[in-house]
Amino acid sequence: MNTIAPAMEELLAAFEEKINAEVKIEPKDWMPEEYRQHLIRQISQHAHSEVIGMQPEGNWISRAPSLRSKKILLAKIQDEGGHGLYLYSAAETLGVSREQFIAWLHEGKAKYSSVFNYPTLNWADVGAIGWLVDGAAITNQVSLQRTSYGPYARAMVRICKEESFHQRQGYEIMWRMMEGTKAQQQMAQDALNRWWWPALMMFGPHDSDSPHSSLAMKWKIKRESNDYLRDKFINKTIPQAELIGLKVPDPNLQLISEGIYKHGDINWDEFWEVVKGNGPCNQQRLEHHIKAHKEGAWVRATALASKSNN
Amino acid sequence: MESKLKYYLQVADNALILSHRLGEYSSHGPFLEEDLANTNVALDLIGIAESILDETGRQEGLGRTGDDLAYRRNETEFLNCLLVEQPNTDFAFVMVRQFFTDAFHFYFFSELTKSNDAFLSAVGYKSLKEVTYHLRRSSEWMIRLGDGTPEANAKTTHAIQTLWKFSHEFFIENAIDLEMKNAGIGVDLKVVESNWMQKIREIFYMSKLSIPENNYQYSGGKNGVHTENLGYILAEMQYLPSKYPDAVW
Ligand SMILES: [Fe+2]
Ligand SMILES: [Fe+2]
Repeated sequence: MNTIAPAMEELLAAFEEKINAEVKIEPKDWMPEEYRQHLIRQISQHAHSEVIGMQPEGNWISRAPSLRSKKILLAKIQDEGGHGLYLYSAAETLGVSREQFIAWLHEGKAKYSSVFNYPTLNWADVGAIGWLVDGAAITNQVSLQRTSYGPYARAMVRICKEESFHQRQGYEIMWRMMEGTKAQQQMAQDALNRWWWPALMMFGPHDSDSPHSSLAMKWKIKRESNDYLRDKFINKTIPQAELIGLKVPDPNLQLISEGIYKHGDINWDEFWEVVKGNGPCNQQRLEHHIKAHKEGAWVRATALASKSNN
Repeated sequence: MESKLKYYLQVADNALILSHRLGEYSSHGPFLEEDLANTNVALDLIGIAESILDETGRQEGLGRTGDDLAYRRNETEFLNCLLVEQPNTDFAFVMVRQFFTDAFHFYFFSELTKSNDAFLSAVGYKSLKEVTYHLRRSSEWMIRLGDGTPEANAKTTHAIQTLWKFSHEFFIENAIDLEMKNAGIGVDLKVVESNWMQKIREIFYMSKLSIPENNYQYSGGKNGVHTENLGYILAEMQYLPSKYPDAVW
């Protein structure tokens, strides 16, 4: 026992030295168990979010109102699934299989971003998701390009490029609708009203209430605080809303100084209810994933069987 | 509408409606890679459909766009074959429908490259690259499904039994097909059919699957008489343009 403890200390010191020197940690490097567990949780949650996020947008594939918008939507959903694949691969480097990650998702042990537990009720929701949800995701992911775990950082670099496309395409839908008929403008405003607060909640609780933040910050898994990123997103997004005549649904929003806004109170009770599983679509999203996975079991089995035949 | 443009629509509508069905299947695939491969095929097909519909509108000269043709025609004006509008019952149905259509597309577009209509010939060349990949993928799946587990073989056999009756409409020559063939614009469907049958036999042999004995064949789609499925497809697909006719999306 006595011989192990100093060795651990040395390993930890060497690990933290690398972190401080901005050297990426790679899969074969020694890492503290807490670091590994934090990454397993965070990266798999991120992967699940990409995949579950295909559902609310997928809800509008069959009703996309033009050939161009249908193509863009199909391609976006395909990108999101691709992000899921990169992230599952990055997470698998930590020694857990994709099958296990999916099992944890189905058992309710792994989460995905709560924002995907809201419904898509009109076509402008597809625009609002691209503009706000992808917009919030990029704000977070740009900072994660510098995360300390190599495979995760590299996945983020690839993903960020595509996310900024999604954000622009989403904004373009909103812009077109605001240029359109009265009914279209109402749809766009309605979508913003419903997606604004969930998008702000994507950044997580206030820094003072964020349980995982401090160690994650110390080990540079997380590079910026929740509140810092949320404010950055708000300051970037409000002028975009105003430019096309949309009104952010926050009666207490204040302009502090040129380009700097302060948002009103976020309804954290709602946030925690959705996290706990009481959002409008939690059950639907998860059950859909479980059902598709179950219905695909015989296909996966025959793919394996025919591989071993040859 | 002149015959040539109806012929364009026959080609475009198969791609458009199948792409729609594949779009419905998003997030329903057996695993993520396959879900994405499926969406990829949907994207290729809608791309083919869009280019033909745009050109149809241009040549028609009545100011209709590709979107108008996709979103503002009624059931009887859609000229796709019945097979592509059949539902995503399960993965076996999705893949059998795909394999039959991919094989048709591959041999059809190969012949279409010889069309004396410059546009159709270009469509043939351009689409061939994509449908070659589609056919390879669905052929490999047929082998995995047929020559894998007994359960998969049974499910695939059931899908073939159900869909076979819609598989030959591609080759049943209607008045437009005949006129276009004689004008050197359209293809000889007999040639496409014999290539298609050879491909089916080859892949079924490798897959331990068989061709159903009942060879009764349905048709009507190319003349605008569809199964009940198309009405629902269009009700969804055309929902926004129908409800908000003045809106631009
Ligand atoms: Fe993504
Ligand atoms: Fe995205």
